[in-house]
Order: sequence, then C-alpha cells, then structure tokens
Amino acid sequence: MSPATIFDIGLAVLVLGVAAWTILVRDTFAAVVSFVVYGLLVALVWVRLSAVDVALTEAAIGSGVTGMLLLGAAARLRPAEAGATPPSALICASAAGLCTLIAMGLAATTLILPDPAPTLAPAAMAGLPASGLGNPVTGVLFVYRALDTLLEKVVLVLALVGVWSLAADEEWGGTPEISATRQPDGILTFLAQLLPPVGIVLAIYMFWVGADHPGGAFQGGALLTAMWLLVLMAGVRTAPATGLVALRLVIVAGPVIFLAIGFAGFAWADGFLSYPAGYAKPLIVIAEAALTLSIGVTLGLLALGPPARIDRQ
Amino acid sequence: MTLGLDLFTVLAVSAGCLFFIAGTVGLLRFPDTLTRLHALTKADNLGLGLVVLGLLPQSAGMLGALKLVCVWLIAQVSSAVVSQLIAGAIRDKGHES
Repeated sequence: MSPATIFDIGLAVLVLGVAAWTILVRDTFAAVVSFVVYGLLVALVWVRLSAVDVALTEAAIGSGVTGMLLLGAAARLRPAEAGATPPSALICASAAGLCTLIAMGLAATTLILPDPAPTLAPAAMAGLPASGLGNPVTGVLFVYRALDTLLEKVVLVLALVGVWSLAADEEWGGTPEISATRQPDGILTFLAQLLPPVGIVLAIYMFWVGADHPGGAFQGGALLTAMWLLVLMAGVRTAPATGLVALRLVIVAGPVIFLAIGFAGFAWADGFLSYPAGYAKPLIVIAEAALTLSIGVTLGLLALGPPARIDRQ
Repeated sequence: MTLGLDLFTVLAVSAGCLFFIAGTVGLLRFPDTLTRLHALTKADNLGLGLVVLGLLPQSAGMLGALKLVCVWLIAQVSSAVVSQLIAGAIRDKGHES
C-alpha cells in the first residue's frame, strides 16, 4: 500500500467518524461545529480527487457560509430547545430509514457505473480553447451550462427574499440585528481593521484566477462575505437597512448583468447566453465580477437574517 | 545542491509534524481550556511555520513561495486572534474547564 492510499483510507475513516458524530451528538452547537469540521474534511477529499474547484467551494460555502448560517440558527433555537420534547421513536426511525435508503441508492449508482465511467471531459476540453478560458470548470459553468449558473444566482436572491419575508410587517426594510462586540481596543476590532484589505485582494484574485485556474465568483464572493461579517461583528461598521436602494441594486446586479449578456446573445451570436466569437472571455469576466459582488453581499445578508428593527432618521 | 534542499525539506517538515503531534497530544491531555489553547498555538505557529519553511525550496518560483508564506501569516493572525477571543470568553465566564 502506498502512503497516498493509507492517507486516503485514514481521511475516509475520519470523514465517516465526524459524520456519525454530527448526527449522534445531542447538543445543537456541538453538531454545527462538527458539521463545519466535516465540511473541511470533505474539502480535503475533493483535493485528493483533483477537484480543487469543488474543494474551494465546499470549504467556502459548504463549510464556511453554511456553518455560519447554522450557528445563527442554533443560537436562535436555543431558548426553544430547552422545553422541546424529542421527536418520537417512529419519526426518528423513519428519518434514519429514508437517509439509509438514499445513501444506499447513491452508493449503488456509483458502484454500478461501468469502468471507465462515461465522461464528457474530452469533449469539454476540446471545445474550451474557443472560449478563451483555461479552467474547464469555469468553461462548464459559464459556457456549456451557463443557464444553470444563471438560475443558481437567481435562486440565491430568492432565498434572501425568503429570509427577509420572515420579518414582521412593520420591520420590512429595516436593519438586521447582529450581536456586535464593540470594544474599540479589542482584538476583534484589530482583526476587523487588519484583515479586510487582505481578504478583498484575495477575493478579487480568487475570481480573476478562476478563468484559468481553480477559483471563481462563488469562492471570491464567500471571502467577501467573511470580511463583511467580520467587520459587522466587531462593530467597526453597522449593518445596512435592507430597504436601501443601493443595497438592493448590488444584490441584483450580478444576475441582471448576466441576464443582459444572455439576452444580448440573440443580437450578437446564436441565441440566449451564447457569446460572440473572440469576446467570450471578457464577457464572462464582466459577468463574474458583478456576480462576485452580488454573491458576497447576498450571502452576508442571508447570514444576518431577517430585518429586526427600523432605524428612524 | 538538490539533495541538500530535499534533505532540508524532509527535516523541516518532519519537525513541523512533530509540533502538530505534540499540539494534538496536548489538546487531548491538558486539563483545562487555557492550557489546551497553549498546546494548539504551538501546532499553528511552529508546526505550520516549519512545514511552510520546509516546502519553500520545493515551491514553483518566487510567487509560489510567497503564497506559502502568506498562508502561514494569515493562519498566524487568525489563530492568535481566535486564541485571544476564546481565552477572553473563558475569563468573562469565570474559570472552568
């Protein structure tokens, strides 16, 4: 057995162990922390499978942003949890049964694939030079399956509308509540002043490098989210009112610009979401730049939760 | 020359791994949160530092080396801040494990 195989087996065992712990642990907070660890380990698994793009997304979105959302949910649930009765044995058993069935189905479909598995990778690589891109994943996301990517960004905006609609009527358009620790000479304030410039440069790098190497709008956007939430939690800046027109413009800017480029395809190329020859890469970069900003702001607002108070001017 | 650099890499990365193992043992064995934090910072700072130092000769050019050093610096800053925050939270709550 080569050292790489031993490492892979160890990693798989660790992932399964952490997954089991995430399910079995009673405390919600501990389960969320365990879920974040699980996400980071799964990111390592993707690296071992040479899917660095997926690994970056898993670490940033699957572990980072989702972990943040779940931590917020756990904090909100805490008062209600103490008096709650645990679900009945029947519900637990059926949930466990259904999950086992899905896991077995997935495992079976993976195992009955012919060897070598059917793949479109050579075809994807053959068409890539025409787009001017060097990263096949970005090629799939913005050339071959651009419609899926566009809908994905629209779903993100819809999710935010869903979260906002949890607000009471009179708080609509107000400011989300965030428990900031305002200590002007505290360590968190120091970090919130030191890290964002670095993080913003990294986010721009992440989106820019996505054309030719692993990276892209989602990973860059998640980094922007992290920087913004850090600044808000340190109390260096306050959260914006969700009714601000400028804020709402930033949220829809990415999907709208992407959609506009898509419709322009009717005029300058073969149809919806097709790019004119030679201009594919600049157009994709423009769409990705707008999407990075929109994703960053939208994910941040999702983590902040529904508006909870109105600031009267 | 290459052999020397490779030897340096093996030695530095091994030393880094030693610090990670020591940090993990400390995390599992130390009696309370503050001492456990102390064990963790050794893994973060010295362990990762030595691994990065060892990988520098193997990196692809100056840019690759610079990225490695950036990874170490950012990990340093975040681990220092997180340790301070956890320690502060413990002080505010009163001493307990």
